[in-house]
Amino acid sequence: MSMPFYVSPEQVMADKAEFARKGIARGKSLVALEHEGGVLLIAENATTLSKIGEIYDRVAFAGVGKFSEFDALRKVGVRYADTKGYAYSRLDVRGKALANAYSQYMGEVFTREMKPLEVEVIVAEVGDDRLVGHEDNALYIVKFDGFISDHRGFCVIGGNVDEVQGVLQSEYREGLPLGDAVRLGRRALEPASGGGRLDATSLEVSVLERAREGRKFRRLSAEELQGMLDA
Amino acid sequence: MELLQVDLPHLAPDFSGFGPGSPVEIPHGTTVLSFKYRDGVLVAGDRLATEGHRVASRDIQKVFSTDAHSLMAISGAAGPCMEMARILSVELEHYEKMEGEGLELEGKANKLSQMIRQNLPAAMQGLVVVPLYAGYDQRRKTGRLWKFDITGGRYEETDFEATGSGGLYARESLKKSWRPDLSPEEAIRAAVLALTDAADEDRATGGIDLERRIFPHVKLCSEPGTDDASDADIERLYRDILRERSNGGAS
Repeated sequence: MSMPFYVSPEQVMADKAEFARKGIARGKSLVALEHEGGVLLIAENATTLSKIGEIYDRVAFAGVGKFSEFDALRKVGVRYADTKGYAYSRLDVRGKALANAYSQYMGEVFTREMKPLEVEVIVAEVGDDRLVGHEDNALYIVKFDGFISDHRGFCVIGGNVDEVQGVLQSEYREGLPLGDAVRLGRRALEPASGGGRLDATSLEVSVLERAREGRKFRRLSAEELQGMLDA
Repeated sequence: MELLQVDLPHLAPDFSGFGPGSPVEIPHGTTVLSFKYRDGVLVAGDRLATEGHRVASRDIQKVFSTDAHSLMAISGAAGPCMEMARILSVELEHYEKMEGEGLELEGKANKLSQMIRQNLPAAMQGLVVVPLYAGYDQRRKTGRLWKFDITGGRYEETDFEATGSGGLYARESLKKSWRPDLSPEEAIRAAVLALTDAADEDRATGGIDLERRIFPHVKLCSEPGTDDASDADIERLYRDILRERSNGGAS
C-alpha cells in the first residue's frame, strides 16, 4: 500500500506562489498613473487582445499574466458592476468593493485549487469633483494570492515591476498633463521591454477621464496616441 | 434580462401578478413619434402621464437614450415602459463591455423585441409596452426606426411613425410636413408641429406648457451620437407655429 508523501503547508504555499510568480514574470508590464485629467492605464501590448477594460462609469480594470484568466476576472467584474448598478444606483459601484471581491476570489482559488491564478490585476477608480465625498482617485493592486494593496500616484504590475517602478519613482510628479503622463508611461516601460523605442502600435492606452459625463472610460486610438508620443 | 432571471431572479421585473380588472390605475404614456431626417433620425415625445381622467405627472420622460447611437420612446403603462428602457440600456452597455464592441443597430432592436415578447402575459392584463426604437446605423450610414406590437413583432419603418393615444394625429401631421431631407432645424419644427397637433386633438397628450415651462423632449441621433433639442429652440419654433396659426385664423 502506498502512502502519500507528507508535504508541509508552508511548502505547498511556497510552491504555488513560486509557480504563479514565474508565470507573471514571463509577461510584460502595465502601469496605472494618476494625472491632471484622471487616471491613465498604459501597457506594452502589440496584440489586439486587450489587457485593459472598462468595468463601469468610473472604474477600469487592467490585468497581466495569463490572458484567459484575467479576461475571465474582467468579465466577472463587469457582471458584478452592472448588476450592482442596476439593483442600487450607478454611484454605488465603487472600485474598493470590486478590488475586495477580487481579493476574496483570488485568495480562495490560491488556497483551495491545485493551480493558483497566474495573474495580477489593477482596479482603478477616477474621482468626480461634482460628487461630494467621491473626489479622489483610487488605485488597487490584487495579486495572485489575493493580497490587496492601495496606491497613490502610480502603480505597476507585470514582469519587470522594479525596473518600471524605478523610472516612475524618480520622474513622477502630481498633476501631469495627459500627454506628459503618456510619455512618462512609455519611458517607464521601455527599459523593461528591452530598451527599444515603443510606438503607438506596441502600446495599449486607456484613460478614465474625470471631466467626462457618465461612462468615463475611453481607449486612445493609435493616431491620437502617436500624436501624444511625438509631441 | 436573462442574467437577472438566472442569477438574481428577485431583481427581474415581473408584472404578471396584476389580475384582470385590477383596481390599480396605472399611469399611461401618450404621444411619441420618430422620423428620419437628413443626418439620421429624430425621436420626440410629450411629457404628460395620465391615470384614467386624472393627470399623474406633467413632466415625465418618454424619450430615452439607450446608448450613444440609439433612442427609445415609450408609450403604454409608464412603470413597465420605463423599466424596459432602463433594462435595455443596461443590456446594451453590458454586451459592449463583455464583448469589446457594441451590438449592431438591428441586434439592439431585436433584443428589445424579445423583451417585449417576454412582457406579453403582463400586456394581456393591461400593462402594455409598445415603444418606438430608432438609431443611427453606423455600418449603413443611415438612420433607422422600428415600431413594435405587444407580441414583440418588430416592423421597420421607412420614413416616420408615431404611437400612443395621440399617435394618429401626429402621423397625420407628419404626413404633411415630413420630407426625407429635412435639416435638423426643420426636423425639430416638424416634431413640435406634430406634437402640438396631437395635443390639440387628444386630451391625454400634453401640449407645450409655457406657464410651467414644460417642453416636449426632442432627441436627434446622427453619426456623432445623440443630441437634445434645447428648450429655447423648441419654444421659439412653437411660438412661430402659434403666430402662423393665429394669422391664419385657426386656433
